Amino acid sequence: MKKTAASMLKCAVNGVKVSRAIDSGLTLSDFLRGELHLTGTKTGCNQGECGACVVVVDGKAVNSCLYMAVQANGKKVITIEGLKGKNGGPHPLVQAFADEGAVQCGFCTPGMIMSAYALLLATPAPSRAEIKEALSGNICRCTGYEMIFSAVEKAAGLLRGRGGK
Amino acid sequence: MSDNPLFCVGKSVTRKDALAKASGEALYIDDYSYGGMLHAAAVRSPRPHIRIKGFDARAAEKVPGFVMLVSAADIPGKNIWPVVKEDCPFFPETESRFQGETLALVLAETRLAAREAAAKVKVLCAELPFVEDPLAALEKSAPKIYGGNNVFSSYVIKRGDVEGAIRSADAVVEGVFTTNYQVHVYLETQGAIAFPEAGGAMTVYGSLQCPYYAHDAVAQALNITHNKVRIVQRVTGGGFGGKEDVPALVAAHAAIAARKSGRPVKLVYERDEDFISMSRRHPSWTRMLYAARKDGAITACKAKYVLDGGAYATLSPIVLWRGTVHAAGPYKIENVSVESFAAATNKAPCGAYRGFGQPQICFANESLLDELAEKLGMDPLELRLKNILRPGDKTITGQVITGSCGLEEALLSVREKSGWAKRRGRLAGEGPVKRGLGVSANYYGVGLGAGGKYLDRAGAHVSVSKDGSVYAAVGNTEMGQGAQTVLSQIAAETLNCPYDGVRMTEVDTSRVPDSGPTVASRTTLMSGNAIIDACKPLRGRIFKAARELLSAKGAPEGKMEASGGEFRAGGKVVGFMEAVKECWAQRLKMAEHGWYVAPKTSFLPENGQGDAYVTYAYSANVAEVAVDTETGAVRVEKLYAAHDLGRAVNPRLALGQMHGGALQGIGYALSENLVYKDGALLNPNMSDYVLPSSMETPEFDCSTIERPYEDGPYAAKGFGETPLIGPAPAIANAVKDACGARVPGLPLMPEKVWKALKDKA
Repeated sequence: MKKTAASMLKCAVNGVKVSRAIDSGLTLSDFLRGELHLTGTKTGCNQGECGACVVVVDGKAVNSCLYMAVQANGKKVITIEGLKGKNGGPHPLVQAFADEGAVQCGFCTPGMIMSAYALLLATPAPSRAEIKEALSGNICRCTGYEMIFSAVEKAAGLLRGRGGK
Repeated sequence: MSDNPLFCVGKSVTRKDALAKASGEALYIDDYSYGGMLHAAAVRSPRPHIRIKGFDARAAEKVPGFVMLVSAADIPGKNIWPVVKEDCPFFPETESRFQGETLALVLAETRLAAREAAAKVKVLCAELPFVEDPLAALEKSAPKIYGGNNVFSSYVIKRGDVEGAIRSADAVVEGVFTTNYQVHVYLETQGAIAFPEAGGAMTVYGSLQCPYYAHDAVAQALNITHNKVRIVQRVTGGGFGGKEDVPALVAAHAAIAARKSGRPVKLVYERDEDFISMSRRHPSWTRMLYAARKDGAITACKAKYVLDGGAYATLSPIVLWRGTVHAAGPYKIENVSVESFAAATNKAPCGAYRGFGQPQICFANESLLDELAEKLGMDPLELRLKNILRPGDKTITGQVITGSCGLEEALLSVREKSGWAKRRGRLAGEGPVKRGLGVSANYYGVGLGAGGKYLDRAGAHVSVSKDGSVYAAVGNTEMGQGAQTVLSQIAAETLNCPYDGVRMTEVDTSRVPDSGPTVASRTTLMSGNAIIDACKPLRGRIFKAARELLSAKGAPEGKMEASGGEFRAGGKVVGFMEAVKECWAQRLKMAEHGWYVAPKTSFLPENGQGDAYVTYAYSANVAEVAVDTETGAVRVEKLYAAHDLGRAVNPRLALGQMHGGALQGIGYALSENLVYKDGALLNPNMSDYVLPSSMETPEFDCSTIERPYEDGPYAAKGFGETPLIGPAPAIANAVKDACGARVPGLPLMPEKVWKALKDKA
């Protein structure tokens, strides 16, 4: 809780260069939400248990509530706001979550989608078991997960069709 | 409404809010801030029962950014949170009754400063004796925390001659069953922002299910009239009952702080605070007995049902009532005696959680019913089929079941899908992992019923703009279940407007009159009917204008088809927007209020007889489990469920309710275990309170049975809570089938199953 020393953070968030002095005790989730006003990233527990805050750093899914903002120095951060489809429309993962009934209260959804995004970066054609494993750190209390798995499978197919972008 | 085929109701259209939520655009309460806004953090009671002597805030005041401390002395109005019994203060003045109760708030310029300062406020207090166990609380010697006997509420249901039926029965089974807490763990914690307005008015924005409860609470806390309070719901990240009553307390706290400071105040809970102080499902203790004839006909049911209510009554009286009314299960039984009690203990108050007092007693009656089947040498599913409620049968309160009852079809559906006849009792296998099947049946009174009849009305406001777009406002909230989508479908269907043309936003109490709470699976039924009521006069005007336009285009007089946002006659077509423009050109009234009041109920509390609810939803579940007999670990591999919901307005959303409710039921059955010791909650976090993850979710095979409910909107009745109720007993029965162990207490933790196996051997 105490003010800690200021550090310089230089990173790219959703493709935009960020350079500013920050409190070195600041978590990445607080930085994204509080300083950059990217509120699509949610925090549900601040203990790394629920996965609502997942963002992708250099291609890997991380719980941004446990990840210090300064750790992102020199790295590329992608948040839900950074996922875009062709022609600026919804990203296939976002569209598939909407179409397949994978969204109810929606609070887990951005984090869930970012975990799925990291999975598909590494594994473009995941099996259902691989999807379950990759999303096991993201709690959804509403859907029972089944439609989330279907959405990820559908999006994976769409993304493969357009070369994984 | 008409002879035209339905074009929108019954279709799996995409949720209204899905893209906004999936893209991160949707704004939840913590995503908002206002200029000059302060942050609040709670000072909480350190022990389960204390005499409050005061606060020492000297250390807190030194924290940079500290602004002020807010406590009971700062409440301008009456210091009683208006819920059922009116026994809970907004802030306790002299005595606090549970560890974690909010005693005061610290306001500061930042959230971190508020939290740091709140942690530095010393509560000056003296400890008082406390009681933790509900059965102990009912003993004469227990410390008294409510009335003279620690009983918040008590009910009876008396029917026929139970003792006579027991004497003449061929088989009698009796057992004691217990269930533990369940916490909602909605992904978004509780939160509100209070915004002081001119003239003493107050607007509160929040994550909540029941804006009108918050409305009443804020008016009472601030001592201002209702027309000076406005509650605006924000996109709400899950509720499940957990945002029924307690958000009114959070809203009132924020409002009291905003009144004192004169600045907007944000109060958002941390996860551990939410676990420690917010509502949860009541733990229960049930002694239950069934008597039956040789042929399997159940002749009597006797039950004593005790709920652990926690430190204040809050919603315990109505939770207990619902459980009591449904106590014997969905069966026709002539001789019934049920007595029930909600006991006061020094723990956080229990309240509404999806199922509302039914999952507990359903676990007891459906577990015991399998024991009865075993004693009779009958198949447990056949025993249920022999006794279930069918149209024309009477419930234990004497209510006659109407035609909207598909329980038999539901049971037959899960019997067939699970391969019950060939597989039950034959899956165990030779290795240490044994498999089995278990069944359960249940029913759920839709809406508030006799227990909340004065609140059972709902309003709607529908306006059709001159560009043909439609805005619909209701008083029941979207919390993830899909209310905005289903209600938009009902509006579109009734107006013959394209689904995409209807917009709804979160509830604002200034738009629609008090529509009661968003609970009891009542929103589709109540707000749906209110929307139809508002749409009807608009429909009349739009349809008349469309007919005139068709005639002007040369269509012959007579029959006009209306579907899919178009009006057709004699080969001519008029679109919805064209008809609306004509209405506006004629200067017609294009906005209407709607209102719906639930049909009467006749239940009498004296003997527990009469119509308890306006209608019921029905469901059957078969669970397929694997039990590792070396560790006691249980895994649900497949869940078969069938639900009679009248009509599925949106089949995909209905399926989502079935999957999600069932997985909460599986968590309730197997892993969700809140632990208190010495009046303190030991596991207020998502590491030690174990929720089902993607790895635990089973394969689902869920289906709908549609037995139309004639008073429902397009024949729909609510059902959102039923999916949670049946899985736990079905799982316990499947465990018995798999390995022979009967575990009479939830959750079925591995150690309990393992011990039951050892005791059996």
